[in-house]
Amino acid sequence: MDFLLTHLVAKYNFWLYIILMMIGLYAMIAKNNLIKKLVGMNIFQTAIILFYVSIGSKRGGTIPIVEHIAGGGEHAINPTRYVNPLPHVLMLTAIVVSVSTFGVALALAIKIYQRYKTLEEDELLTRIRES
Amino acid sequence: MKRLALLIVILSGGLLLYATKDFPSWGDPNSPASTHVSPRYLEKSLEETAVPNVVTAVLADYRGYDTMFETTVIFCAGVACFMLLRKFEPEERDLYYRHIPTGLTLHIKGEKQIPSTSKEFEKIDAIWTPYDFIINTVSRFLVPFIQLFALYVIAHGHHSPGGGFQGGVILGASIIVLAVAFNLRTAVRRFGEKIDGIMSALGVFIYAGVGAFCAILGAEFLNYRALAKILPVGKVMARSHGILAVEIGVGIAVMAVMICIYNNVASEGKFDEGL
Repeated sequence: MDFLLTHLVAKYNFWLYIILMMIGLYAMIAKNNLIKKLVGMNIFQTAIILFYVSIGSKRGGTIPIVEHIAGGGEHAINPTRYVNPLPHVLMLTAIVVSVSTFGVALALAIKIYQRYKTLEEDELLTRIRES
Repeated sequence: MKRLALLIVILSGGLLLYATKDFPSWGDPNSPASTHVSPRYLEKSLEETAVPNVVTAVLADYRGYDTMFETTVIFCAGVACFMLLRKFEPEERDLYYRHIPTGLTLHIKGEKQIPSTSKEFEKIDAIWTPYDFIINTVSRFLVPFIQLFALYVIAHGHHSPGGGFQGGVILGASIIVLAVAFNLRTAVRRFGEKIDGIMSALGVFIYAGVGAFCAILGAEFLNYRALAKILPVGKVMARSHGILAVEIGVGIAVMAVMICIYNNVASEGKFDEGL
């Protein structure tokens, strides 16, 4: 019971992301269809993005936009009031890059389908061997 | 194969779950990630760059070099989609036309086709999409507002959540809405392929150009302080303006690449019939 309280309740977010990540990994390894593998890859990426963003959170912290008065003078900024901005910066670019790479992957899948008329991995392997 | 995959997944998942034992608990203000570098950015970025949104300041200024190459990666993805899929010679296929006055559908086999300037006939997709008055009208009304909001997100990224990446994606979505609600030809007529290619390169060029311009003015690459020599503002404000210029470049590049990827993937590179 003590273990549950200290580890599961305080860190259930990490447990959820790891489960999500493993769903993606399983789809990438075990699924036969290339599009399903790609969807698995996207789930994996989403889990990592969620993981990074949740690392940056602080209890009672607000978005990392510093309060200020326009043209006002200097005043002390308390960093514990704002969540950590660095994971947000890294994931902001990662989201857009993952969308673009997903587009390229879909383009490759379309090319494979045009040439071999299938996206199933086992059929694809036999057709590559035949040709 | 599936059993093996399940075994690998359970093993690595179990190891990762075991590793969470050493993680800081959720929302801990004293976690290692939040104690070393990030307080410095939070305390100093307003003073050093005059940008209250720390995410924007770190993205476009402190980590500007990294973001430039992220933009290049997106540009490369657009080019890769274009190179893989785009076909220029029209394939022989059956064409379908709707006779506008009577509503009859015409099916033409072989190479003959009705010129696209014809007022009486309108080309329709082979997989017939119903003409929906409500969707067409609403999307036509919404597009300018979506674009206005996207420009706001780019321009106001210094003071509110937003920036080039987000605004660029919304701008791209406004054109993709046209392609989904009408058809791909309408969207390509509004935002042509040539201008799309030029803009995706232009965005990266603006980003790299601002960096090179700083170098010409005598500072390091992407050190926006140098822009104070030509702008009527101080060195701190110059960094804020440099960030805005760079974000505009990112927005243009992301918008053009999103549209390029959608058009190529949706029409398999033929640019005539989309989803």
